[in-house]
Amino acid sequence: MANPQLVMYDEEFKQINAVIEKLLREANAKVIFLVDKNGQLITGCGETERFDTTSLASLTAGNIAATGGLAKLIGEKEFSILFHEGEKDNLHISIVAGRVILVVLFDSRSSLGLVRLRVKKSSDELAAIFGRLMKKSEEKEKSGESEFPFAEITDDDIDNLFS
Amino acid sequence: MSFINYASREINCKIVYYGPGLCGKTTNLQFVYQKTAPEAKGKMISLATETERTLFFDFLPLALGEIRGFKTRFHLYTVPGQVFYDASRKLILKGVDGVVFVADSQEERMDANLESVENLRINLAEQGYDLDKIPYVVQYNKRDLPNLVSVEELRRELNPTGVPDFEACATTGEGVFETLKAIAKQILFDLKKGR
Repeated sequence: MANPQLVMYDEEFKQINAVIEKLLREANAKVIFLVDKNGQLITGCGETERFDTTSLASLTAGNIAATGGLAKLIGEKEFSILFHEGEKDNLHISIVAGRVILVVLFDSRSSLGLVRLRVKKSSDELAAIFGRLMKKSEEKEKSGESEFPFAEITDDDIDNLFS
Repeated sequence: MSFINYASREINCKIVYYGPGLCGKTTNLQFVYQKTAPEAKGKMISLATETERTLFFDFLPLALGEIRGFKTRFHLYTVPGQVFYDASRKLILKGVDGVVFVADSQEERMDANLESVENLRINLAEQGYDLDKIPYVVQYNKRDLPNLVSVEELRRELNPTGVPDFEACATTGEGVFETLKAIAKQILFDLKKGR
């Protein structure tokens, strides 16, 4: 399948958060978040509580999917950077390592040039971490040593969710 | 594909409601939204035209609770049902964990149902999925209307492989949660098997 399951572990989660927090400072951004291409929020930093991050994540992924569809129609692989300019706030959206979406929200205290520059640097760091992450989960799967929490799941567990 | 986060102890799964135009996919989501406690749901997003036809997708995030200490979230999406929105439909199927096919039980919509289920199979195959292998349930909607096709015939035409199926009336909510629960169950058991 095109996209194997994404699994996140503590160690990489901390590293990823460190990278985006640094990016937040260096790019003078308001909010940064990382989204899986399927629309699931991976993590975020900055003024995240002011925004509906779940909806933002889903719409961002929809947006990337739609522009990806457009790209294919004109013979491009994908558009790796999207930029949306608003009156006060702007969104810089880019694809990292071909599978996660990095979203940077910034206002007039920063600039598109600065954001682009900093994003580029952080993208390389993030790509390396996600590369390690994919390798790690593959290895864990192969060796069978997975502390998968649902191995013991029962009908009752699921019924309880809907009660 | 589902996203498992050991750091924040969360599991996210994506469910897509598929079916012909006006079969009641959005209505299914609206009913789930109305009947879910505020703390368990996020905002419902509908990208629709002015006449309330789905243009790109509807989206409803649900955080139903914990299983074995893991927060279990379901992201519910609908596709636009109208035939000419096929490009958008394909995009929404990306990374899907389970599909609900919503059929319109009215006689005059039978051809549309058949076309849509065939379209689902093709679009899934393009993404590398096999409809016979992924979590899948069928809902026969609009059972309150006149000129209905019998459940036996619907089953024969639309559900030859005998996946779990449900009669429903999405406007009153009959069968809506039964359908959701059935697909959630299949997805979680599938996750368990995959390990």
